[in-house]
Amino acid sequence: MREREDEWTGLMRSAISGDSAAYHRLLKAIAPVLRAAARRGLARAGQPVDQSEDIVQDILLAVHLKRHTWDANAPFAPWLFAIARNKLIDALRRRGRRVFVNIDDFAESLADQPAAETASAGEVAAHLNSLPARQRDVLQSIAVESASIKDTATKFSMSEGAVRVALHRGLTSLTAKLRQG
Amino acid sequence: MRMDTDQLIRTLAADNSHRAHPVGFVLALALLAAAPVSLLMFFAELGVRPDVMIAMHNPFFDLKFAVTLALASAAITVSLHLSRPEASLRGLGWLFVIPAGLLAAGIGGEMMLPQRLPMMTRLVGSNSKICMTAIPLMSLPLLIASLIGLRHGAPARPAVAGAVAGLVSAGVAATLYASHCTDDSPLFVATWYTLATVLVTAVGALVGSRVLRF
Repeated sequence: MREREDEWTGLMRSAISGDSAAYHRLLKAIAPVLRAAARRGLARAGQPVDQSEDIVQDILLAVHLKRHTWDANAPFAPWLFAIARNKLIDALRRRGRRVFVNIDDFAESLADQPAAETASAGEVAAHLNSLPARQRDVLQSIAVESASIKDTATKFSMSEGAVRVALHRGLTSLTAKLRQG
Repeated sequence: MRMDTDQLIRTLAADNSHRAHPVGFVLALALLAAAPVSLLMFFAELGVRPDVMIAMHNPFFDLKFAVTLALASAAITVSLHLSRPEASLRGLGWLFVIPAGLLAAGIGGEMMLPQRLPMMTRLVGSNSKICMTAIPLMSLPLLIASLIGLRHGAPARPAVAGAVAGLVSAGVAATLYASHCTDDSPLFVATWYTLATVLVTAVGALVGSRVLRF
């Protein structure tokens, strides 16, 4: 468990210094842990656990957009769990429950066998359709068609810079729409 | 259009090159943009007191600035700390003891000196109404700026962070006001400045609990 947390911290440091592959690995590694914690939270609140994937995606977006608040000299896990806890409480509240989420939930899920992804998420996908066309096209190209930024730029006759801007704006407005519920 | 978690993760990784500014940078920019508005309000309506050159030799006049500046800098430090999701007030909350302690020491000091005016007269002063209006009004632009700065962060407790944003703005606004006000008794400061600050802090907490959620 300790080892895994140290590995996350290392990956996040590499990510921040520009290593996108390390960032990808980190996000892949934390997703099952977040999923297990989200399921536990939902179950405890008496909510169907098949909504856990929406919460996982919500947390991942927050991790991404708030990663500048992580102090690179501090361990990554406490920061991650604080973001996740916040988002989980938010998600449960929006579903009409006031619940106390214990930080230990996340530490426990670290030790658990990670839950497999069974349910699909609908919230992010639903909001995608309400994005401006340019942002939606770019997100679709990168997310669904796995195109690189360069290929996406060629496909839409945009500069790579413009693709990057559209991508980041798309993610930011998706997050804002999720927050409005 | 669907987006499963693996696809989302790929998209986030593609956006890894995007770098956000640190919260401190955004907070500083926002405060620098708001400060002229508060200064304009100050010089248009109040202005520095005419006898300021003489007043500067009065340690109780100077103490007002020590208290308000200590409050503002403690609040800025704590607000930056609270902009991180895993942070709590524990560990840094003691910084607020500094302005409170300075004020208490001032009250003690004044008690030991012979005074021309009775205690209640010094406490009530002659500017309490202006103090209670000017500090909150001059705080407003700075409060908005502090909240914008903190919104760039990820505070786990939005109401607490909003309250601290209120303390930042009240601390700066009170520093401006202190140079106008002719009431220098620490008793006046402890009463009216504190009431004005509490008001701004409450507004900050209320607004913060709505706008600082991330």
